[in-house]
Amino acid sequence: MEQVIANGLYLGAQYALIALGLTLIFALMNVLNFAHGQMYVLGGFITYTVYGQLGLPFVVALLASGVTLAVIGALMEKFLFRTVIRRSHREESTMLLAAATAFFFDAVILLMFGEKQRGVPKIVKGVFNQAGIIMPYDRLVVGALAIVFIAAFVLYMQYSRVGRAMRALAQDRVAAQLMGVRVDRYSMIGFALGAMLAGVVGGLLVTITGVNSGIGGPISIKAFLMVMIGGAGVVGGAIAGGFILGMMESVGLTVLREYGDVTYLVIFAALMVFLSIRPNGLMGKPWG
Amino acid sequence: MTRNRNMKLASVAAFLAIVFIAVPAAISLSGRIDLYYTLTSVALLSIASAGVWLTFYIGRINIGQGAYALMGAYVSAILVMDHGWSFWLTLPVAGLFCAAASVLIGLPILRLRGVYFAMVTLTLTEVARLLALALPITNGAKGIVSIPLPGALSVFGLTIIPDFATLQNSRLAFYLLAVTLMVACFGVMYRLVHSRIGKLCQSLQQNEELASSIGVNIAYLRVIAYAVSSFFGGVAGAIFAAISQSIYPSSFTVTDSVNFMLNCFLGGLGYVFGPMLGTLVLYFGWDMLFQTGQFQLLIYSGLMIVLMLVLPNGLLSLTVPTRKKA
Repeated sequence: MEQVIANGLYLGAQYALIALGLTLIFALMNVLNFAHGQMYVLGGFITYTVYGQLGLPFVVALLASGVTLAVIGALMEKFLFRTVIRRSHREESTMLLAAATAFFFDAVILLMFGEKQRGVPKIVKGVFNQAGIIMPYDRLVVGALAIVFIAAFVLYMQYSRVGRAMRALAQDRVAAQLMGVRVDRYSMIGFALGAMLAGVVGGLLVTITGVNSGIGGPISIKAFLMVMIGGAGVVGGAIAGGFILGMMESVGLTVLREYGDVTYLVIFAALMVFLSIRPNGLMGKPWG
Repeated sequence: MTRNRNMKLASVAAFLAIVFIAVPAAISLSGRIDLYYTLTSVALLSIASAGVWLTFYIGRINIGQGAYALMGAYVSAILVMDHGWSFWLTLPVAGLFCAAASVLIGLPILRLRGVYFAMVTLTLTEVARLLALALPITNGAKGIVSIPLPGALSVFGLTIIPDFATLQNSRLAFYLLAVTLMVACFGVMYRLVHSRIGKLCQSLQQNEELASSIGVNIAYLRVIAYAVSSFFGGVAGAIFAAISQSIYPSSFTVTDSVNFMLNCFLGGLGYVFGPMLGTLVLYFGWDMLFQTGQFQLLIYSGLMIVLMLVLPNGLLSLTVPTRKKA
């Protein structure tokens, strides 16, 4: 049982970090970023190239993933989403754009990195084996790093000037603008930050699960699940959703093992029931 | 849509003439029989997309049409294979089954709005796929294969539709079937949207609370709209299973659900015939880019992004009436 909980916590930390980026973009722009999973994959491949192929230190690779994705995110906001939001009658049109960018990233990743499953050498060797828990050290390191990143993100949103501006923007765009917040600039920063988080998780997880070009879509769906559990556009909700999904997956894989591959079926069904009772997730605001 | 009645009738007649006479004639002249399959797919996909469009019309983003298409396909396939039903009987049954299922599913989830509804319907597609994998009746990942072609349909001894297996050109038959259904489907849509219910649905799109406060039964209306939408999805899926003579859990996936939604967006959400045009353009665009090989997806998605930047309100938002191109 300890093992199951430890696995759940480790998974949850990763998931929470993925969901944070998605929820941030949603909160600021009201855009459901379909391409989030693809950004994750791209981050993974960049780390694979820098750390696995070029042999540079892992920290450099992680930094490269983060920075590249941040730049991509900023450009996407400035040239794509901002334009479409301005010109379109209905704000749902951004979904088409997001889906198109997801396809676009899929194509780029396939062309640049091929379709093979890629992995990198372990960052730390050895296995932690005490108190009934068996956990490779690299997983511990990655899990700890994820928690550090989550904490840093929360503190940044809470106490920095940029974070305050973004929270104001998420609460009420017009009011924030009237108070002198430069809406365009902070939307861009927020999008970049969200994309960066996706890239960083991709970079972290490539050391453990590896990466291939096909997993972008499934990762996006998982991220949507977490955001729905916690409530869209709420930082606390994304973290809670991430840990809940991680735990459910870990427990489900153990408990439901004899019934075959039904863990996700059960999770989806539970989610539907849950959402019909609490349509806005755990802490979401009404209206989505 | 301010054209007068005669113009409307004329354009409908022209459209019917094109799809029923001109297209088959042109195909038999040019010998490109493979185009039948493409056009049949377009017609079927546009039926499913029309359903999605209807949920857009009540202000919901529906990314779950793939689930109903899969469900309809399985219902039809199982009834034909295991119970020996005629395909023609399974077609409405598949649609009604999906509609009934969508009422059950819709009652709770239609309370959700905006991205929540979008994400729930997206997961619904995944649920359908996983269910198809897990249930014993669907035969798991192996799917149901070698489904017989639709048999003859006769009423009071009069054969209306001949047995598809005896036809030498079953592609043409499928094409005519799909197009007929498409015309019927868009006819129903057009009537629905321009009826009293259509106006009420539009009021839901604009403001549900306000509509409810004037006495519109919003819970009833949105379930109805969702059921009609799923009916279309189920029928389209059932015919797909009959054409390909097989059905797998991966026949309709999240990508298909997203594509149905994209068809609506591309055609334009404000126009009944938007999904038809959107499907045609997207499907043919994808097909034509096949020659570019590995760059197919890159060019396709690139074009889609550009299109979105230039025409964010759909193709039909161009004032030139380009929609009768099929």
